[in-house]
Amino acid sequence: MPLIDLANPTRFLALVGRTLPWLAALTALGFLFGLWDVYRAPDDYQQGATVKIMFIHVPSAWLSMFIWGLMSIAALGTLVWRHPLADVAAKAAAPIGAAFTLICLVTGSLWGRPMWGTYWVWDARLTSVLILFLMYLGVIALWRTIDDFSRAARAAAILTLVGAINLPIIKFSVDWWNTLHQPASVLRMAGPSIHPSLLVPLLVMAAAFFLLFATLHLAAMRNEILRRRVATMQILQAQAAPGV
Amino acid sequence: MTALTALFLRDVRAAIRAGGGAPVGVLFFLLVVTLMPFAVGPDLALLQRIGPALLWLGALLASLLALDRLLAADYDDGSLDLILMSGNALELALLTKALAHWVTTSLPLVVITPLLALFFNLDLPASAAVTVTLLVGTPALTLIGLIGAALTVALRRGGLLISVLILPLTIPVLIFGVAASNAAIVGPLPFGSPFMVLCALSLASLVIGPAAAALAIRQGLE
Amino acid sequence: MTLFASGLICMRGGREVFSGVDFSLVAGHALAVTGPNGAGKSSLLRIIAGLLRPAGGSFGLQGGDPERSVGEEAHYLGHQDALKASLSVRENLDFWIGFLRGQGDAREALAATGLDTIAGLPAFCLSAGQRRRLSLARLVAIRRPVWLLDEPTAALDQNAQGMLRRLMQDHLSGGGLIVAATHAPLGIEVQELALGAAA
Repeated sequence: MPLIDLANPTRFLALVGRTLPWLAALTALGFLFGLWDVYRAPDDYQQGATVKIMFIHVPSAWLSMFIWGLMSIAALGTLVWRHPLADVAAKAAAPIGAAFTLICLVTGSLWGRPMWGTYWVWDARLTSVLILFLMYLGVIALWRTIDDFSRAARAAAILTLVGAINLPIIKFSVDWWNTLHQPASVLRMAGPSIHPSLLVPLLVMAAAFFLLFATLHLAAMRNEILRRRVATMQILQAQAAPGV
Repeated sequence: MTALTALFLRDVRAAIRAGGGAPVGVLFFLLVVTLMPFAVGPDLALLQRIGPALLWLGALLASLLALDRLLAADYDDGSLDLILMSGNALELALLTKALAHWVTTSLPLVVITPLLALFFNLDLPASAAVTVTLLVGTPALTLIGLIGAALTVALRRGGLLISVLILPLTIPVLIFGVAASNAAIVGPLPFGSPFMVLCALSLASLVIGPAAAALAIRQGLE
Repeated sequence: MTLFASGLICMRGGREVFSGVDFSLVAGHALAVTGPNGAGKSSLLRIIAGLLRPAGGSFGLQGGDPERSVGEEAHYLGHQDALKASLSVRENLDFWIGFLRGQGDAREALAATGLDTIAGLPAFCLSAGQRRRLSLARLVAIRRPVWLLDEPTAALDQNAQGMLRRLMQDHLSGGGLIVAATHAPLGIEVQELALGAAA
C-alpha cells in the first residue's frame, strides 16, 4: 500500500486493526526464540551470567537511537511534506523511545554495578544516553504543554530536528570531556569483537525488540488518532449543545 | 467537604490534568543534576562528597520554577477575586494553595531524589538523609515562595522577579538542609541539631509565609 | 435589606476616577451603573465587592448579617469567568459551591443556564458564551443576596440574554439586589446611576 493511501486516518486505523494482532503474535514469537537463544548462550568467562543483560541492553540502545531517527524523519514529514500522519507517528514514538532509553540506562547501570562497584559512573557512553533520555523527556513535555496539536506538532518537529543535529555534537563533547578527565581508563561495555555464539542471540533479540517497537508504535498511533477524535467530538458536542 | 478541602482538590486536579507543571519541574531537576558533573568533572569521589549540596541546589532551583503560576493563574482567571470575597480566611486559603502546589511540584522532586543520588554514588544512608532533609525543607521553600508569588501576582512577567526576590530568603533553608545532610554522612555535627533548625525554619515559614502573602495581596487592593 | 453608599471616592493611580457617589438600593431592586469608558463603573463594583479600597466615603448593607462584610453577601461577576480549563463544567461549579459553602444544587443551576447536557465536558471546550453561562450558574447555585454584575450581557447571544433576564427577575422577586455596570439595556426595571457625567 503506498504511503499516500495511509494519509487517510480511517484507512490507517483499518490497516492497524488488521495487522496489529499478527504483529503482536510475531513479536511474542520473536521473544520466545530470542530468550531461548539467550538461555542457551554461554556465560562470559569474565563476567559470568551478567553478560546476559547485554541482550536487553544493546537492542534498547539501538532502538533508542533508531527511534530518534524515525522521529526526525517524521518531523520532516510534518514540516516539509505535511503528511497528516507524520506528527501522529512522531508523538506516538516519543514516549516509547524514552522508555527504551530508560531500559538501556537501567540495564546499563545494573550491568555496571558488578564491574564498577557503583550503579553509575560518568562514562561517556552512559552519559550520552542519559542526555538522549532527557531530550526525549523534553520533546514529550513540549507535546504535553501545547494544547493545539498542529502547533505542538511543528514545535516538536523543529526540536526533534535540532536534537538530531545536536546529538552527535553532544556525543563528541561528552567523549572529549570524559577523556580529558580520565584518560584511557574507561571500561568499554561491549568489546569490539563479539563471538558468534553471542552474536546470533543478540540479533534475534534485536529483531524481537524492533517488532515490539513496531507493535507498540502502531498501537500508540491508533490511540493518538482516537484521542484526537474524542477531543474534536467534545468540541463539536459543546458547539451543538442547545442554548437556553 | 470543607471549603479548604475543595480548594486543595481543585488545585491538585488542575495541576495534574493541565500537563506541563510538575513533570517539567522534575525534568529541570534532572537536568541541573546532570549538568553539574560537566562543570566539576566526572570524578565520583568528588561528586560523592558534594552530592548532597548539588541535589539541594537542584531541588531549590526546580522548586522555584513553577512559583509564578502559584497565584498568577488564579489572578488571571478571576478566581482570586472570588477567593478574597468568599469569607474564608485568606491566610488559610493561601496556605492551602501552597500545600497543593507543594504536593504537585515539590513532592515529586523529593520522590525522585533517591534515584538521582545514584548518579553521585551516594550510599543508602546519605541518599536517605538528603531525601528526608528535602522532605522537611521543601515546604519552607514553597511557603517562602508564596510570599514572592503574592508580591508579584499582578505583574506580567513576574516569574524572573520572584526568583530574585525569593532566593536570598531561602539561604537559611539551604544552609541547614545541606548541613543536616552532610552531618548524617560525615559529621562532624550530629544530624540532629541542623535538622532541628531545618524543622524550625519550615514551621516558622508555615506561619510567616501565608501571613505575609495575605498582607501583600490585601495591600495590592490599593 | 438595603445596600447604600454615600460620598464614595475612587482614586486610581493618583487620579480621581469619581467622587461623591451616593445611592440607596432596597431589596428587590436593580441599579444600572452607566457612563462612558473610564468613568469607574467597574471600580465601583469592585469597591462594593471589597476588592478595591475607596479613597473616601462609606457603603454597607443594612439588614444584613453584621458579622459578614458586603463582599461575603455578594456575588461578583467580573470580566473573567473564574474557570479552570482542564476541569469539567460540573467540577468547576462543584468547586465554587464547596468553596463558597453554598447549599445549592449544581444540577438545577446547570439546567437553568442550559449547560446540563455538557456538564461532563472540560471547560476548555466551551465557547465564550457558554463560559459566561457557567459563571452565571455559580450565582444561581449559591444564594447570596447581592449580585454585582460587570457587563453581564457580554458574550451572550439573544437567547442567553433572555435567560439572564429571567434569572435576574427571579433573583429580584426573591428579595435580592442587583448592581450592574452596563452599556446595553438589561431589559429589567432598573434605577440608573450615571457616572462620569457629573464629574
